[in-house]
Amino acid sequence: MITIDNVTRRFGSVQAVDGVSLEVRAGEFFSLLGPSGCGKTTLMRMIAGFEAPDEGSITIDGQSMQGVLANQRPVNMMFQSYALFPHMTVAGNIGFGLKQLGKSRADIDAEVSALLAMVRLQGFEDRRPNQLSGGQKQRVALARALARKPKVLLLDEPLGALDKGLRRETQNELKRIQRETGTTFVIVTHDQEEAMTLSDRIAIIRQGRVAQIGTPTEIYRKPADSSVAAFIGDVNLLPFAGASGGRLHLTENGIVGVPLPVGLAAGEAIIGIRPEAISPSELPTVNDTGLRFDAVAKRVTPLGAVQVVDLVTVHGQQLEARVCADLVVALEKPQRWRVDLSQVMVLRRAG
Amino acid sequence: MAGPARKEHRLEAGARALIAAPAIWLGAFFALPFLFILRMSLSDPASAQPPYKPLLDLSQGFAGVWTFIQGLDFEAYQTVLTDSLYLGALGTSLKIALLGTALTLLVGYPLAYAISRSSRALRTILLAALILPFWTSFLIRVYAWIGILRQDGFLNQLLLWLGAIKAPLEILNTEIAILIGIVYSYLPFMVLPVYAALERQDATLREAAQDLGASASAIFWRITVPLSASGILGGCLLVFIPVLGEFIIPDLLGGSDTLMIGRLVWTEFFANRDWPVASALAVLLLAILTLPLILARSRQEKAGGLL
Repeated sequence: MITIDNVTRRFGSVQAVDGVSLEVRAGEFFSLLGPSGCGKTTLMRMIAGFEAPDEGSITIDGQSMQGVLANQRPVNMMFQSYALFPHMTVAGNIGFGLKQLGKSRADIDAEVSALLAMVRLQGFEDRRPNQLSGGQKQRVALARALARKPKVLLLDEPLGALDKGLRRETQNELKRIQRETGTTFVIVTHDQEEAMTLSDRIAIIRQGRVAQIGTPTEIYRKPADSSVAAFIGDVNLLPFAGASGGRLHLTENGIVGVPLPVGLAAGEAIIGIRPEAISPSELPTVNDTGLRFDAVAKRVTPLGAVQVVDLVTVHGQQLEARVCADLVVALEKPQRWRVDLSQVMVLRRAG
Repeated sequence: MAGPARKEHRLEAGARALIAAPAIWLGAFFALPFLFILRMSLSDPASAQPPYKPLLDLSQGFAGVWTFIQGLDFEAYQTVLTDSLYLGALGTSLKIALLGTALTLLVGYPLAYAISRSSRALRTILLAALILPFWTSFLIRVYAWIGILRQDGFLNQLLLWLGAIKAPLEILNTEIAILIGIVYSYLPFMVLPVYAALERQDATLREAAQDLGASASAIFWRITVPLSASGILGGCLLVFIPVLGEFIIPDLLGGSDTLMIGRLVWTEFFANRDWPVASALAVLLLAILTLPLILARSRQEKAGGLL
């Protein structure tokens, strides 16, 4: 649906987007995820047509967007601030895009009611934006952006301004509306949880470049490097201390005995272990090829269903484990812990 | 409990003092003089000093006050409202004020728009250029227009030299000259409020409109202009109100056949020494000026504070 080919955008001497190539498939829920200032917003503004790439090309639905103005692209955008027109009613806002298509009054009214029904705001036609709550404004902005039946809907931090309870609900609403309309959704966010829960695929953007593209699970399980691993969820990082040296074990220099993936030199490698992959050794396991190490629990922080245990190994390395809340963890007592071999990630060291 | 309550009370007193200052100012320099004018407008002209009667004679006590009140009448208003000279001047003033305001808006809006869209550095320069002429006397600036507009003035010479006209145009001493003078003199009063309204407009609203398929002209007419309505209204009031009572511009640039109400008030006061009629004219002018303000106010309330 969208093909971005080697796109670069500079602002003065700053390389905001630096040779980005990626493909968004039709009907997909795609996320551009990265910290603020990483270039994801510039990338989205180039898809919308508010910025032009200095180099490279953007193709939407087989058509080159070179020289196509924002008001002629098969793309609509839901702005982070919603950007509702304060001098128009809800119906006026939603119907604005339809009016530009030269539709008749009756057609517009009918489509506006259908859109209001879709976002569950029937009866709000005559309200003004300043009479709406944050969640209602967002739904009006969504309806307005979908009114012209765009091939691609761009959403800028769609959940950012909502409180926690509303986020869950809105997440499900967005998924439902995306399924119902079959529109390709591209969201831009700095919130990894937002990207993980909403997206079919995520592109991690870092310093203007694509760090990794994949499904949320792929990125979580097989992060491209240590910084992606740290950005998507929490990770314990330990030095890589050699592929050979016998059985998988922990030494004072780090982890020994994990094979290096192809194309990764020993000097660039670092070991990543997710907190939830660490569990007490006495729990029954499927196989016995895992990493075992002795550590003392220094602190336990309950988080409801799970608890976070701060561990210090016999070699002095600090690790964070996330275990079931039912488990009784004795503080200041040496205990044996284990990590399944499949959970020991050998990563490229970054940053 | 007593602590915070007393503090609140003190604050309230402070707030009252804050409001009192402008209230006293308005009372002393607006309300009181206005009462003098109102009382004069209800009097009759007299060949005396002051040139009107009756005079309040407090030495006679209550009876004096009563004679004074009995002496007041609406004769001056009757004169003003029945004489076609005054009504005509009122009509001319309204026409020129409305036309002048519209022309100032026509020139001022694009100017304000251009300033609000220019770079920050250029904006400062443009705004300074707009205000700078005001450091010279208003009278001198209007006088300068005589030199530009008269038969052998700069404008006619330029047009003749360019070959655009064959004979010099008669501009000075016409309504056109008055309108040129009004647009020139009052432009900043239009540009500044419109600029302020345009400058604080959220640029993402225009982007949103463009994203929804609006052309540049649709964005301008359906987003930019409606959202600057408060600035347009403010600018129009700032121009219309003083122009309606304008005296210098019609006196210097207008012909003797363009009689505006400001000029008439001057003539009645100083040439004819008919202070009651002059006062009645001034009171009527104020009444006419209050009307658009009340309309603007009610519109503001209807729009729910949007303006």
